[in-house]
Amino acid sequence: MNKVLMSGNNVIAEAAIRAGCRFYAGYPITPQNELTEYMAEHMRNAESGVFIQSESEVAAINMIAGAAATGVRVMTSSSSPGISLKQEGISSMAACELPGIIVNIMRGGPGLGNIRPSQGDYFQATRGGGHGDYRTIVIAPATGQELADLTMDAFDLADKYRTPVMILADGMMGQMMEPVIFKKPTPRQYPEKFMLRGAGTGKSKFIRGLLLDPIDSEEHNWKLARKYEVITKNETLHEEHRVDDADLVIVAYGTAARIAKGAIKRLRDHGMKVGLFRPITLWPFPELKLRALSAKVKDYLVFEMSTGQMLEDVRLALQGYANIEFHGRPGGAVPTPAELANVVAKIYDRKD
Amino acid sequence: MAKIVFKHPQSLKENIYHYCPGCGHSIVHRLVAEVIDEMGIRGITIGVPPAGCAVLAYNYFDVDMIEAPHGRGPAMASAIKRCLPDRVVFSYQGDGDLAAIGIAESLHAANRGENITVIFINNAVYGMTGGQMAPTTLLNQRTTTSPAGRKKELDGHPVKVSEIFSQLGGTTYIERCSVSSPAGVNKTKKAIRKAFQCQIDGLGFSMVEILSLCPTNWKMSSIDSCKWIDDVLSKEFPPGIYKDNIAEAKNTAEAAP
Repeated sequence: MNKVLMSGNNVIAEAAIRAGCRFYAGYPITPQNELTEYMAEHMRNAESGVFIQSESEVAAINMIAGAAATGVRVMTSSSSPGISLKQEGISSMAACELPGIIVNIMRGGPGLGNIRPSQGDYFQATRGGGHGDYRTIVIAPATGQELADLTMDAFDLADKYRTPVMILADGMMGQMMEPVIFKKPTPRQYPEKFMLRGAGTGKSKFIRGLLLDPIDSEEHNWKLARKYEVITKNETLHEEHRVDDADLVIVAYGTAARIAKGAIKRLRDHGMKVGLFRPITLWPFPELKLRALSAKVKDYLVFEMSTGQMLEDVRLALQGYANIEFHGRPGGAVPTPAELANVVAKIYDRKD
Repeated sequence: MAKIVFKHPQSLKENIYHYCPGCGHSIVHRLVAEVIDEMGIRGITIGVPPAGCAVLAYNYFDVDMIEAPHGRGPAMASAIKRCLPDRVVFSYQGDGDLAAIGIAESLHAANRGENITVIFINNAVYGMTGGQMAPTTLLNQRTTTSPAGRKKELDGHPVKVSEIFSQLGGTTYIERCSVSSPAGVNKTKKAIRKAFQCQIDGLGFSMVEILSLCPTNWKMSSIDSCKWIDDVLSKEFPPGIYKDNIAEAKNTAEAAP
């Protein structure tokens, strides 16, 4: 297939439809409207495709939960304030073990914040966000091509583990146009026994998250926890960029990681050996890989478009084995590679 | 051989209800199950129980069911029906679920004309949580959160769901019934059947509002509860057909190419 030039929001939507997504519900919010509009336009041409503009983000997440229960591949998308509203449904989908994709094109917060790119929703995404003992797989693409590939993979992950998966990007990723190639999706494997389609002549089924007996509920929680352990073991993704000879490694994801790559190029041009460790899954966090790197690299700079959230996961991963500095720009401010290079250069000089 | 005139509905499991003695849910569950049996739709019916006393409805209905978070039943039911248009999908909701926390999901599902059926239990009180004020609680009615009686200045007025929904372009059939008497029970069953038929014929959104008993939280005997529905509750919420566009919708459907 040929390369096509598309905005990130449209890439996610197209990749989803190609992956077999046949139900989308969403509520308009900037900076992700192109995704909703793309679904409105293209879902009607997809066989059995359903698009609903919901009355709220709360309704949208519960619509995809209902559709997922029937065995259809589902997606909803929103941006930060809207994702807060979806948390009830995400918790419910995790409890009921319903697969589905939630896209968060992050903007500045807290509150209504602004519509500029930001990474302030890391805690909300990686810590569950809603109530109760559950986790959400969180994927953070950094290029248009990754938006295409990882969106398709997200559907497979959601099915495989019967759990909601979040794609966490920001306004920059959503709006930016890049050339992408859509890969061929893998055939879906999702057993019919998990689908609610009417009992026919057989036994009726029910899907629920309410378990009034605490012992039953405890067992359900442990069952979910065991599933999350398997995910942590098998599904962690990260990228290491120019770390082999590095004296200092920047830890960044998504748009921040792209800015970091620009900064690293400048720093290398000035003889400073700087590399990048980029988590691609934010939950599960590539903890062991980062800890392994600390055997040879002792200085790290965590760089986020927030006041420091992933920073906590980096501290947990490095367990005091290395020095950790932080640079952040919250609230929708996007630093340039030159700004970051200056920050890194100061630390680099100091550490010798 | 003797003719069987009364038996346990097939679409109702033989579990013992957790509902309080005299509770209207038990009656309405049975009516819905009887209708499902009589229409022969057990195998294609999907139910969405609410949060509230009927949250455990899947322990009783022997049809496929999925629990909805509080108030979100119609959003879920809309999606299920859109994905499986040849199934019969119903949402079962209480007055808090439908008229308070889920009013947006309910009203918009109705307004979109989703081809689903809503069974709406109005007992003017929050049952499961212990008798707090509901959106349908009457003025001056005492509840645990309106201990001096519901005051319109502070708490607003009873929400008349059937009246409101009948104004929406998307709704086809809206009827309010009561299970306070044998005649009312029979009428309610007829209305439920009509609502399901409306859906099966693809004619759009149908809802049956049912004035139902909550003797425990009303702190009355069952008999007094029935009397209270007839003498008081049904004055604020008069039973009757609020919208019946079934014939019109049929004509439109037949006229369509």
